[in-house]
Amino acid sequence: MASPFLIAAGGQVGEGFFHERTSGTLPCQAKSSHLFCWDWAKENIDRYGTPTLQHLEIVVLSVLIGFVVAFALALVAHRRRRLQPPLLAATGVLYTIPSIAFFFLLLPVTGFGRDTAIIVLSAYTLQIIYRNTILGLANVPESVKDAARGMGFTNRQILWRVELPLAIPEVIAGLRVAVVSTIAIATLVVFISAGGLGTQIYGSGNLTFPTTIIIAMVIVMGMALLFDTILLLVQRLTTPWRKVRPV
Amino acid sequence: MSLPHPVLASFGGAIEFIFTPQTSNVTGGNKVGGFDKSLELVLKHLEVTVIALAIALIVALPLGLYLGHRGKGELFAVGIGNAGRAIPELAVIALVAVLIGVGLQTVAPALAILGIAPILVNTYVGVRQVDPAAVEAARGMGMSELDIMRKVELPLAVPTVMGGVRAAAIVIIATATIAPLAGVETLGDFIINRNVYGENGLLAGAILVALLALTIEGLLALLQNRLTSDGLKLKTV
Repeated sequence: MASPFLIAAGGQVGEGFFHERTSGTLPCQAKSSHLFCWDWAKENIDRYGTPTLQHLEIVVLSVLIGFVVAFALALVAHRRRRLQPPLLAATGVLYTIPSIAFFFLLLPVTGFGRDTAIIVLSAYTLQIIYRNTILGLANVPESVKDAARGMGFTNRQILWRVELPLAIPEVIAGLRVAVVSTIAIATLVVFISAGGLGTQIYGSGNLTFPTTIIIAMVIVMGMALLFDTILLLVQRLTTPWRKVRPV
Repeated sequence: MSLPHPVLASFGGAIEFIFTPQTSNVTGGNKVGGFDKSLELVLKHLEVTVIALAIALIVALPLGLYLGHRGKGELFAVGIGNAGRAIPELAVIALVAVLIGVGLQTVAPALAILGIAPILVNTYVGVRQVDPAAVEAARGMGMSELDIMRKVELPLAVPTVMGGVRAAAIVIIATATIAPLAGVETLGDFIINRNVYGENGLLAGAILVALLALTIEGLLALLQNRLTSDGLKLKTV
């Protein structure tokens, strides 16, 4: 699968940008009980550039693909109501299978690497986005649709110009949940050699050195907060008339 | 994309691995896998999951009920819910292993932390969505606040609360898969110790974890159906 933006393809990003590395072991690195080694963090922060971009790339592609598929499914199911229960069940199964098991179930078919990661993570987002889109469309008051019909709108116009704009808060609430969970779960793609920030948590020997785990965790949670805030702002700007929180 | 034939062969090998011990192509002649080992790991996986889910319920359910009943701490409950989703599971297990120590007694509470967020936020939201008229009626009948929480708000909030419990169960089962990193031999052992169990073990572990998650999820859905009062079911149709 060719990526539309190959940000992580050009090799190391930000390498050697901050400091020259000391060759020996730093004093605080030697003590394994030490919670956080600032000296190491200052010298090695550049190691996190490439994994962060890989992580971002996997998350953005997965959520985009998940969104397109789930949104299309929701539109189809909105027209043909009897498709709703089977689609909910099918996306529910994909959501329930733990990502790490899903990676290895696909391994004989798609192999190690980024493609498998993106397939699994986008499958995981389907249920969240699908359910919220259906909910948003169902919440549109009948009277509003009647009014639109009275003004001579066709069904297609009602969908795109009345129902979908009114469903935006629920759709974005779903997207927020999907993005935040995907950012956290994408640390697991290290198990199928797809890179990302998980490499800084479960890399060679990392399980004895808390500093690198903490840095990676802070970057992951910061990324989640950033995306959550951006999506919240988008929702506020596109639908000034109401507020909805994700449930 | 490979041809379907080798794919089927891989799955066949994995299923054989679950039932009969295989001569490992990695560790030179040792027999690995088999039904006894699979069963042992399934039971361990279940044990960790049940303990963690129980701890999460004991902490989050009363807290969510109380906050929802008093209508307080909305920012707290929703904030915990959002932050909880952002915690990378891998980092939690890794930190526990490095800082606190390995074994069931450290891993189960760590997994419980991941389950607290969805249960807390869903209980809070579920209780807040209860019709205030029902609560007023109960109060008028002379029910104590504790009785209102137990006999009115909790039963009416069951579908939302169970949604949270199911989400918690999913994240706990999934994360228990990487518990071998912290010294607890769950089904993830087949996956993480690839150099012991080989490719068949890898796939066998994945199959068993997926089946376990779907089974637990199905049982919780049945439980939710049993716990939800018939009146509520009529309303949601």
